[in-house]
Amino acid sequence: MDGYYFRTSDLTVGYNGVPLIRDIEIRLRRGEILTLIGPNGSGKSTILKSITRHLAALRGDSYIADASVGAMSYRSLSRQMAVVLTDRIRGELLTCYDVVASGRYPYTDLLGVLRPQDRQKVLDAMEQVHAADLAERDFAAVSDGQRQRILLARALCQEPEILVLDEPTSFLDIRHKLELLSILRAMAKEKGITVILSLHEIDLAQKISDKVMCVRGETIEHFGTPEEIFREDVLAPLYGIAPASYNITFGSVELPPPPGTPDVFVISGGGTGAAAFRRLQREGRPFYTGILYTNDVDYAVARSLAGRVFSAPPFEPVGEDLYLPAEDAMRSCHTVLYTGTPIGTHNRHIARLLDRAASLGLLRT
Amino acid sequence: MGTALSEKSITRRTRYAAVFAGLIAAALALTVWNINSGSVRIGVGDIVRILLTGEGDVTQVNIIWKLRLPRIIAAAVLGGGLALSGFLMQTFFSNPIAGPFVLGISSGSKLAVAVSMITALRFAPSFSSWLLVAAAFAGALAAMGFVLLAARSIRQMSMLLVAGIMISYICSAVTEFLITFAKDSDIVNLHTWAQGSFSGTKWEDVRFFSLLIAACFAATFLLAKPIGAYQLGESYAQSLGVNVKHFRVVLILLSSLIAGCVTAFAGPISFVGIAVPHLVKLLLKTAKPLVVIPASFLGGAVFCLFCDYIARTAFAPVELSISTVTALFGAPVVIVMLLKRHGGKL
Repeated sequence: MDGYYFRTSDLTVGYNGVPLIRDIEIRLRRGEILTLIGPNGSGKSTILKSITRHLAALRGDSYIADASVGAMSYRSLSRQMAVVLTDRIRGELLTCYDVVASGRYPYTDLLGVLRPQDRQKVLDAMEQVHAADLAERDFAAVSDGQRQRILLARALCQEPEILVLDEPTSFLDIRHKLELLSILRAMAKEKGITVILSLHEIDLAQKISDKVMCVRGETIEHFGTPEEIFREDVLAPLYGIAPASYNITFGSVELPPPPGTPDVFVISGGGTGAAAFRRLQREGRPFYTGILYTNDVDYAVARSLAGRVFSAPPFEPVGEDLYLPAEDAMRSCHTVLYTGTPIGTHNRHIARLLDRAASLGLLRT
Repeated sequence: MGTALSEKSITRRTRYAAVFAGLIAAALALTVWNINSGSVRIGVGDIVRILLTGEGDVTQVNIIWKLRLPRIIAAAVLGGGLALSGFLMQTFFSNPIAGPFVLGISSGSKLAVAVSMITALRFAPSFSSWLLVAAAFAGALAAMGFVLLAARSIRQMSMLLVAGIMISYICSAVTEFLITFAKDSDIVNLHTWAQGSFSGTKWEDVRFFSLLIAACFAATFLLAKPIGAYQLGESYAQSLGVNVKHFRVVLILLSSLIAGCVTAFAGPISFVGIAVPHLVKLLLKTAKPLVVIPASFLGGAVFCLFCDYIARTAFAPVELSISTVTALFGAPVVIVMLLKRHGGKL
C-alpha cells in the first residue's frame, strides 16, 4: 500500500467521452488535506466529480486503501466517502436537523428510521460545526455560512474516511471561511479524515493544505506541498497573471500596477508604504518608490504595485550606485510622498532623499 | 438542547397522529355519507347493519353491495393510487407540479385502452382486467417516454409541462375520434369512462385493482428511504449509496403502473396527483416520505370520495364526470401553490 491512503492512477476525466484532463496522479496519506486550485472552468469540479463517481472516469481509477472506487458499490462507497457539493439542496420543508440526519442513510435500516445512536451522532456532528442551535430551523431559510456548516455536518455524520468538498467557501464572508477551514483542519488532524477540496482563495489554500494540485489545461502541471506550489513561477502562469502580482510572503495577490510614467515618488519602508501604494494604485497613478531593502515588507508590496522599485540588498550600506538612480527618478516627479518610515543610523539614504525632496519643494507627507 | 429537541419531536409526532386520525375519520365518514345518499336514501343504522350482517331490505342490500360499495372502494383505492403516482412523479422530476394528468400520462393510457378495447372487442366478447391494465400501463409508459424525451432536450420544467399537456391533447383527440366512430354498442360506456368516472365498477374489478394498488403502495412505502435521499438532489442521493439510475427507472415504472391502473378502471382524473400530496405536506409540515406516502394515499382516497359524492349528487340524476369535480377543487390548490412560489422555477 506504500503508505498512501487515497490515490488516483492514470485518471482521465471529461464529459461525454471527451477528455478534459489526463494523467491525474494524486497521492494522499490518511488525514492529509489536498486542495485543487486553478482558474475558473479549469476542471477542478470535473476532477472532484470523477473522484466521487458522479462522473464516470474516462480512463484510470481512484483507490481508497487500494480498493478501486470504480468497482465499489454505491453503498460501500457511501460509507467511506462523503461530499459537500455546490448543487443546491432542493428538498422542501426540511429542517437543518433533517438535512444533517440524511448523512446517516448508509447506516440505517430498510425504512431509514433513525436509532437513538444515530440521533446522537447527528447532534454530535452539529455540535462539531457549531450549529447545534440551528437544528429546528428551516434549511431553506438559513444564511450561506450556516448552510455550509450544516452541509459539512451532514457529511461528517456520514462518518467518512474521505471528505470531498467542491468550493465550500464560495459566498462565505471571511470569518465563516476561516471557521469552516479550521473545522476541516481539525477533522483531518484529529479524526484522520482525508480531505480533498477545491478553493478559489489561494491565500487560504496555502494555509490549510498538506498537498496542492494546480489544475489548468490538459494535464496536471503541479502536484506537491504548499512550499513547492506557492511560488511566483508556478502561480502566475497558472492563473495567467503578471508574475509580480502574486505576493509570495503574504500568499496574496495585488492588482497590476497602473500603466504610464510615474509622477509620484514614495519614500517608504518598514511597512509604512503599503497603504499608500494601494491608494495610488486605486487612483490609477503610477509611482516610484525606494529606497527599500529587499527584505522590507514594503518591498514585497511595492514589487507588485510600483512602476519601479529602487531596492538595495539588506544589511549593507546603500552605495552611490544605488542612491543616485533613485534621486534622479525623484527629480523627474512632481510629488514626493513620505510615509513616515523611521530614520536611523543605518538608513541615512532616506534622510538624504528627504532633504533633497524638501529643497526641491516636492515633499508632502 | 436535547430536551428542546425531543419536545419538538413529540409535537411533531402529535401532528402526524392528528393528521392520520383526521384522514381516517374523514374517509370513514365519507364512506357512510356516500352510501347514505343517492336516489335511494338509506339510514345510517341500516347501512351499518347491512354492511356488518348483509341482512336487510333486499333492494337496499343490492344497492349497497352491487352499486354503491364497489364504487366507493374504487374512489378510495384509485384516488389514493393517483395521489401516490403524483407523489412519485414529483419526486422524479423534483417538481411539485408534476403529476400523471398534466404530464399526459393518463391520456396516454386512455388512448392505449381505447384502441385495444375497440380492436379486441371485434374478436372477443369480453376483455380481461389483465389486458386492460397491461394496455393502460403500456400507454402510460409510452406517454412517459415522450415526456422524458422532451425532458432530455428541454431542461426547463415549464416547457416539460407544456409538452405533457400537448401530449395529453393529442391523445384525447385521437381517443374521442375513435370513440365517436366506433360502431360497437359495447363502447357506449367508453365515452363515460373516457371523461373519468367511478360508476359501473364491478366487484371483480375491485378485487383486481385493490390487489395491484396494494402491491404498488407497499413497493412505494419500501422506497421511502431512497425517495428521502433523492429529495436532496440526485448527486447527494448517489453519494448516500443510492443507485440513481436504477432508482429512476423504478420510479418511472411504478408511477406509470399506478397511473395506468387508475386510468384503466376510472379513466383520466385530473389534479388529484398534484393537489393531494401538496395539501398533505402542508398539513404534516414535512416532506418525509415515510409519513407523506401513507398520508397521500389516505388523502387521495378522502379527496376522491368527496369529489365522487359531489359528482353523483350535485345535479342528480345527471352525473358529472369525476374530473370536472376534482379540477374544481384541485386546480385552485395548484394555482395557490404556483403563486406562493413567486413564479420562481416552475
